[in-house]
Amino acid sequence: MEIVNQRLQIDASGLHYKELNTQLREAVKAGMGRIELRNVFGQRYIGTDLHRAVEINIYGTPGNDLASFMDGPRIVVHGNAQDGCGNTMNGGEVIVHGRAGDATGHAMRGGKIFIRDDVGYRVAIHMKEYEEMRPYIVIGGTAQHFLGEYMAGGVLVVLGLTLRPGERHTANFIGTGMHGGVMYIRGELEDYQLGKEVGSVPMEDADHALLQELVEEYAAHFDRDTNEILGQSFTKLIPLSSRPYGRLYAY
Amino acid sequence: MNITSLENRYGDDKVYDACGLFGIMDVGGERFSGRDLVTGITNMEERGNGLGAGFAVYGCYPEYAECYAFHVMFTEPDSRSQVEAFLKDNFVLVHDEQVPHRPSELPNPPLIWRYFLRVDEKRIPEDLKGDEQEYVVDRVMTLNTSGVGAYIYGSGKDTGVFKGVGLPGQIAEYFGIEDYEGYLWTAHARFPTNTPGWWGGAHPFALLDWTVVHNGEVSSYGANRRYLEMQGYHCTMQTDTEVMAYAADLLMRRHGLPVSVAASVMAPPLWTEIARMSPEDQALARTLRQVYGSLLVNGPFTVIVARQGEMIGLTDRIRLRPLTAAARGDRLYLSSEEAPIRLVSPDLDWVWTPVGGQPIVGRLGESIEPPSGATLSVANSAYGCAA
Repeated sequence: MEIVNQRLQIDASGLHYKELNTQLREAVKAGMGRIELRNVFGQRYIGTDLHRAVEINIYGTPGNDLASFMDGPRIVVHGNAQDGCGNTMNGGEVIVHGRAGDATGHAMRGGKIFIRDDVGYRVAIHMKEYEEMRPYIVIGGTAQHFLGEYMAGGVLVVLGLTLRPGERHTANFIGTGMHGGVMYIRGELEDYQLGKEVGSVPMEDADHALLQELVEEYAAHFDRDTNEILGQSFTKLIPLSSRPYGRLYAY
Repeated sequence: MNITSLENRYGDDKVYDACGLFGIMDVGGERFSGRDLVTGITNMEERGNGLGAGFAVYGCYPEYAECYAFHVMFTEPDSRSQVEAFLKDNFVLVHDEQVPHRPSELPNPPLIWRYFLRVDEKRIPEDLKGDEQEYVVDRVMTLNTSGVGAYIYGSGKDTGVFKGVGLPGQIAEYFGIEDYEGYLWTAHARFPTNTPGWWGGAHPFALLDWTVVHNGEVSSYGANRRYLEMQGYHCTMQTDTEVMAYAADLLMRRHGLPVSVAASVMAPPLWTEIARMSPEDQALARTLRQVYGSLLVNGPFTVIVARQGEMIGLTDRIRLRPLTAAARGDRLYLSSEEAPIRLVSPDLDWVWTPVGGQPIVGRLGESIEPPSGATLSVANSAYGCAA
């Protein structure tokens, strides 16, 4: 651990995640504003149980459940994230300059996640919102199957920027079991790609305003052109019922 | 009285997580030490709990490349003379030795011996004439079900299998894995869920040159096992993964199915997906489900299946267990997580999360094509990692 130009640098080579997270916790407690983690290879739970605004730059490949239960910090990953990024995250931001794995934003409850490229399966599974707590996920590329599975709240945006001309999203079972929140997917989807519990509805002014705001943020993080991204039409998906399985178990 | 001190001799009080898988293949055939493999799997030590670890390596016995390398674990040390008599009766014994190991603190390691054997055509019984591999399978099953107190857990040509109860680093140290060289390696860190942690139950599971390392649960184990028994395969290792090794042998060797077809037997497309296929593909998919319904592997799984010249990564059809594939030049990597791949090869040509049910295959002598949809990798220089 050393302080370089008022930034704390931690070399994570060979550190177990418990040690690394202990060092992070102490640094945040000591009031450090910017922290850099170098040589990160798979350490889990980075940023968990941190409760105030601090910027953490990660160089390498952080392990599963990055920013899980996190509440406040901004994590910038210079590389790819693995599975479960933002698991049950409460507040703050995760910005990934690369791709992320399965179950990104799993049970997320607040804050924002921006992924520059593609994501794996079950992104935003059981993401939820309550009163002023509303989570946002913006995926720059495309997603794999079961996108927004059992989604209960929040906003999920998929931009498809990694698709080549003429290529379409291939995810199936989008929004299976979804019962809250909203998804905006840039480009068109076939009916069979949607789960039984979601439907496509026309975009309204409020939707365009929200998208404008989120895409601007995405474009600023990754140096893209907002207008170019918003030039193509979006598909808006919402749940058909707030209680899709109510009848299944009610007796 | 502290009951865990009696019942918990391996210290398995960690009760969460999943298995870890790692595989490296050089499709150009260049042999390399197991060092990178051990580095990769120990990076994911968190995924296992010390109740099993193992390694498979191809091309490691060049001096006996034409011999079947039987790896035998003696749970009853006294059974060795009986086993050796059986092997000498049925095969030509070219060479045998104890599998070298280092001193260790691992509890109760069994005696492990390897035998390099040739098949003498004259000793093959009439009903198996002309099929040397079928004869080897038959002899392996005969010994493993004999109750003699010994198990053949590896039986391929030029194929090494090393496994035991411990963390990957401990088992690698025990067998000196970094001293072996091969062109294809797979590794496993075990977190057993339903079955005991014992030396025979560690992964890889192997038959002939097939090896399988697995993360997940084979919920269809009973159905798969009964079907395989009717085909002459007997499960004796008390771990669900064993059926995958025998299913691979049945489908791809005995029945000669290509990898893609075998993958759609074990991880078949869903009926809703079949309904959207072309008529020809539908006919194939329906036929496979009718003929091989009992080999559908139900439940969450990721496997790395390997044989001479081929490494195959496959997940269940809805991808309930993780798998990351990546490549750099002639090296194909398959892993439960991306970080260990980056640790041994910081720069990659591409990296990808494979789609459920769609195999990722590396073949000796064939260049590695990025799967459609694979994103180009962020180069390590962009990471700003210290070299």
